[in-house]
Amino acid sequence: MAKKEVMKISEMGSLPKSTRNKFLARNIITAKDALSLTEFELMELLDVSLADATLAVALISEIVSPPYQTVQFLLEQRMKKEHRMGHLPTLLKGLDAALFGGIPFGTLTELVGPSGIGKTQFCLKLSLLAALPSGYGGLDGHVIYIDVESKFSSKRLIEIGYNSFPIAFCSDGLAKEMAGRITVLRPGSLAEFTESLQKVKASPLQNKVKLLIVDSMAALVSGEYEQGASKKHPLGWHISSIKSLAEELRIPIVMTNQVRARSANQITRYSFEESRTGSVEDSRQSDSHLVAALGIHWAHAVTVRLVLESRSGQRFIKVAKSPMSPPLSFPFEVTSMGVVLLNDDGVEMPGPQINAIDHQGHSDIIYHGDQR
Amino acid sequence: MEVVTSAALSASQKGKLIAAGYTSIASFSSIPPFNLALELKISETEALEILKSVSNGSMLEATSSSHTIVNGAQSAWDMLQEEEVLVRITTSCADLDHILGGGISCKEVTEIGGVPGIGKTQLGIQLAVNVQIPYDYGGLGGKAIYIDTEGSFMVERALQIAEACSDDMAEYSRMYRKGSHASEVKRQPKDFLENIFYFRVCTYTEQIALINYLEKFITEHKDVKVVIVDSITFHFRQDFDDMASRTRVLGGMALKLMKLARKFGVAVVLLNQVTTKYSDGSFHLALALGDSWSHSSTNRIILHWNGNERYAYIDKSPSLRSASAPYSVTANGIRNSGSNTKRTKIM
Repeated sequence: MAKKEVMKISEMGSLPKSTRNKFLARNIITAKDALSLTEFELMELLDVSLADATLAVALISEIVSPPYQTVQFLLEQRMKKEHRMGHLPTLLKGLDAALFGGIPFGTLTELVGPSGIGKTQFCLKLSLLAALPSGYGGLDGHVIYIDVESKFSSKRLIEIGYNSFPIAFCSDGLAKEMAGRITVLRPGSLAEFTESLQKVKASPLQNKVKLLIVDSMAALVSGEYEQGASKKHPLGWHISSIKSLAEELRIPIVMTNQVRARSANQITRYSFEESRTGSVEDSRQSDSHLVAALGIHWAHAVTVRLVLESRSGQRFIKVAKSPMSPPLSFPFEVTSMGVVLLNDDGVEMPGPQINAIDHQGHSDIIYHGDQR
Repeated sequence: MEVVTSAALSASQKGKLIAAGYTSIASFSSIPPFNLALELKISETEALEILKSVSNGSMLEATSSSHTIVNGAQSAWDMLQEEEVLVRITTSCADLDHILGGGISCKEVTEIGGVPGIGKTQLGIQLAVNVQIPYDYGGLGGKAIYIDTEGSFMVERALQIAEACSDDMAEYSRMYRKGSHASEVKRQPKDFLENIFYFRVCTYTEQIALINYLEKFITEHKDVKVVIVDSITFHFRQDFDDMASRTRVLGGMALKLMKLARKFGVAVVLLNQVTTKYSDGSFHLALALGDSWSHSSTNRIILHWNGNERYAYIDKSPSLRSASAPYSVTANGIRNSGSNTKRTKIM
C-alpha cells in the first residue's frame, strides 16, 4: 500500500499551482507536513487568506483520506477469499468456536502467562497448523517464528507433529518439509527485531507467510516501564508497525507476554472510585499477584488476549479480551500433542477475574512423551 | 481593543493595513470596502474579504448587539426547543439509556473510555447498528461511519450484533402491531452492514485528513447519523515527539468534530484508551491524551469494573447528572446487566 501521507504536495494536481509553490517555498513538502499544522498556522506561514488555507487543507485531506468500504463488502470479501473467513484454527474445539474459527487474521493475538505454563507449546502447535497442508486442516503456508528467548525446539515441534497428526507425519518427508517451512529468527534487541520485520516484508516469501509468532514480546523490552512517569512508551511506534504488518499481509500475529509481580501501588481504579475503597472486592482483587509484563498501553493495542494460568493445580486458558468471544475459561493440559483442552464447553467468568493471572500449585513444567 | 496582528488575516494583508496606519481592527472596520481598497492598493474583493473576516471575529465580542445581527447565534429559548427534539441513539441497555437521558445524543460529542476488554469496541459496533433502527421502531433510520484506527473491528461480530438487532425488531413488530404490517419484510442483517461505512486509518496524518474530509463526505451522505472513532487515541499515543504540537493538532480535530456534530446533527462518539496518571500523591487510571483534551468532548463516559459487573459512569456532561449504571456484553451485543435486580439494593 503506497503511503499517501508522504505524497508530495507539488504532485497534487487539484491544488492551484500558486498554492503548491507557496507550500514548497515554506518547505512544507508532504501531506504529512501540511496536515500537522492547523489552518491558522498555514495561513500565517504561507501568507494566504484563511479561505485559501482552508481550501488547501480540504483538498489535501480529500486526497490523503483512506477510502471507505461498507462492512457488508468486507464480509463478502472475507467469505470469498479467505480460509474459514480469515481464521487460523487452533484445533482446540471450544476455543475455535469462541473465536469464530480460530486466531483471526490481520490482528494481534497475545498469550499471557507465567513461565512454564505452555505459551511456547501453544506457539509451536500454531506454527505446525499454519504450515500443514490444507488437506490436514492447515494453512499450507510459511511461518516466521521470532524466538527472542531461545526457547524454540525443533525436536519438540516434530514430536507434537507426530502425535497430533500421525497420518500426515508418517508420509514420507513431510516432517522435513513442515520443519523447513518454519523460519526461526533470533533478534537480540528491539532494533534487530524491527530489522527482521522489515526483512519479512521485503522477502520473496512474503505472500506465502501465513503466521508470524513473537515469543516473547516482553523479553524485547526491559521491565522497568509503567513504574515511572516516563511518557514515552518503549515500544512506541513498533506497535503500529507490527499492526500494519499484520494487516498488509492479512496474517495472524501471535505474541507472548510474560508476567511480573503486581507492584504495591498497582493502579486499578479511577479517582472517582476512591470513595468506594475498602469493600469486598479489594481483597478479591489482591488474590492474584501477577500482572502482564507489558502494561496497559500494550494491552489496548492487542485485539485478542488469551491468559494462560493455573489454579489449584489445574491449568486454564481464558479469553480475556476479544471483540467476539464472551469471557470463557477452558481447562487444559500440555501433552505430547501440545496444548489439549480437557473440556470444550468453556465456563463463563464473571467480572475482571478473566484478566487475573493465577499461578498456584503446578511445579511440573512440561509433560514430555506419553506420561499422561 | 483588538489589534490588527491578532486578526485572522494573512501576514501580507496585515502588513498593508499597518503600513496604512490601521493598528486596531476598530480603526478600519467601518470603512467602506471601496475606500479601503484604494488606500491599501488592493482589489475591492480582497478588501471586502478583509472586512468580512474581521467582522466575523469581532462579532463574537460584540455583546451589546442584538442576536439577530450576529450570524449563527441562537437564543437560549430556541436552543431549549431544539434540545427537546434532540434525538438519541439507544445503547440497547435500558439502564445505560436511562442515565444518558435516552441514549447517545446527536449533535454532541461523546467520549467513551475504559480499560482494555471492557467493551468499548462492542459499544461502538452496537451504536453503528442501532443508529439504523427505523423511525417506526423508535430509531433514527440513519447510517454510520466507523473509523477504525486500531484494527480491532471484527466483521463477524458486527454481523452477530446486526442479526440480534434484526431479530429484536421482528419480535417487536410481532408483539406490538399484530396484523397491521403483516406484509412487512424483515430487515436483513446484511442491510445493516451495508449501511456502515468503514474507514481504516493507519497513521495520524490519515486520521486528521479523514476528519477534515468528513464534512464533505457527510454532505454527500446526508443520512449518516453517527460517527464512531475507535479509538481517537491510538496514533496520537505513539509517533508524537512534540507534546505541544500534539495538543494543537488534537484541539483542531476536536473543534472540527464538534462542528460536524452541530452542523449535521450527527452523534460523534470517540472511544478513548486509559492511562495512569499521577495526582494527589497517588496513581490513578485516567483517560488518555491529557488534561487539555478532556475539554474537547461534551459528554464523557467511563466504563469500568465494579465488582463482577461492568459499569458506565458519566464523568462529565453539561446536561446529565453524574450517575452510573451496570451493563453487560452478551452474544447479542450490549444489554442490561443480568443480575440487575439484586444489584439495585446494594447501590
